[in-house]
Amino acid sequence: MGAMYELPASDRAKLSVRNLSFYYGTFKALKGINLDIPERKVTAFIGPSGCGKSTLLRTFNRMYELYPEQRAEGEVNLDGQNILTSKEDVTLIRAKVGMVFQRPTPFPMSIHDNIAFGVRLFETLSRDEMDERVEWALQKAALWTEVRDKLAQSGSGLSGGQQQRLCIARGIAIKPEVLLLDEPCSALDPISTGKIEELIHELKSDYTVAIVTHNMQQAARCSDYTAYMYLGDLVEFGATKDLFMSPKKKDTEDYITGRFG
Amino acid sequence: MNDKHLSSQFDAELSAISTRVLEMGGLVESQVAQAVYALSHVSRETAEQVLVAEDRVNAMEVEIDNDLWTIIARRQPTARDLRLLVAISKAIANLERAGDEAARIARTAQRLLDAGVSGRLKLLLGDLDYESNLALNQLRKALDAFARLDVTKALEVLKSDDQIDQEFEGLMRKLITFMMEDPRTISASIDLVFVAKAIERVGDHGKNLAEAVIYVVKGTDVRHNPIASIESLVR
Repeated sequence: MGAMYELPASDRAKLSVRNLSFYYGTFKALKGINLDIPERKVTAFIGPSGCGKSTLLRTFNRMYELYPEQRAEGEVNLDGQNILTSKEDVTLIRAKVGMVFQRPTPFPMSIHDNIAFGVRLFETLSRDEMDERVEWALQKAALWTEVRDKLAQSGSGLSGGQQQRLCIARGIAIKPEVLLLDEPCSALDPISTGKIEELIHELKSDYTVAIVTHNMQQAARCSDYTAYMYLGDLVEFGATKDLFMSPKKKDTEDYITGRFG
Repeated sequence: MNDKHLSSQFDAELSAISTRVLEMGGLVESQVAQAVYALSHVSRETAEQVLVAEDRVNAMEVEIDNDLWTIIARRQPTARDLRLLVAISKAIANLERAGDEAARIARTAQRLLDAGVSGRLKLLLGDLDYESNLALNQLRKALDAFARLDVTKALEVLKSDDQIDQEFEGLMRKLITFMMEDPRTISASIDLVFVAKAIERVGDHGKNLAEAVIYVVKGTDVRHNPIASIESLVR
């Protein structure tokens, strides 16, 4: 990608990625990525399998550190602070940058405790305050009305779509600044997907959202900005309405119009 | 559009709908030519044919629109596919209106035949012929540009639109002179004013079609832009 895309003056960069490369052992999965992710907007990452979009997302909260043979070079600045080299406790970084995965991962505990678990790591709340927080998170995740009468039941008894919204509720209960969604709807039916997309739209008034998706229509529907990646390079980044109507690069156009391959 | 989609069925649908648009364009083109012929050669029969063709053009617009909606609903096109389909929607609306103008000319021809055209006004029919050739040429070139997605040709259409406008102004001046000199020609002259305007409109529809071609290829909406800026975009 030539010159880096400049955000319009109305948008502030929450995350600034500079010259970021990423290695799985000797394999270079990201090749010098430069991009600004705007605050309180939804940024979507699209591209064929293996293009590095999930890898990029996983650098935003140092999720890759769980694996010793993986390393990142360059900068991922969260409000100007490089989280890759930060001495700050990685748990605190992940409290600021929450993540929801492809498959719903409810903890084997009650719905209430699924949400309270993370909050207890960072805050000491009274019983009433905690109940309030759980309700707040479930409300935000558009799940409250469906589970209000069964908070003590196990989270794994919920449907797939409900479990995913529970995971999102768990993610926002600790009040992160950035929410990373890695294919949050790939295992869901269209109704649940619609609910999650509605939720993403609601969430952006409070959070910066970055979403990886295989579903291009989903990116077109619910994001403000879209990044198209291929083989570890950022091919094109720009406002979603521009990228889906008149992409600047032919490669992007071929991919989104289904001419790829 | 050389490169293929992963779905060959989608390619087939796009190419089928483009062909239909060109078919409709060809029909409208001959409709306009016939309408002008009916007028200049005082042919009642040709005027009739124009009006018959109008029904077919109208039906084609509806059919192509239906195909468009089906493709949009089933394929969720993006980028240049979406631009092409939006451009087709505009193109067929413009073609249908050009067909309407042809029908208007044909009806005027019929009326003038009934009323009889004086010798002096017949002189003007030659000028109308010239204007209509310019307009037909515009329409033909625009359809060519559409068929080949050729922006250079589309630009030519935009650049020569002024010529028709000038020809139209000239015709107006002549008709006004006739009307002032001989009030008996007023009724027929007013009819010819509308014919001249109708022909000028056909040229405008060709111009709109050319703008749609540039939109498909370049992704930029050039409507109401100065010709110089369009030129630098296309080159």
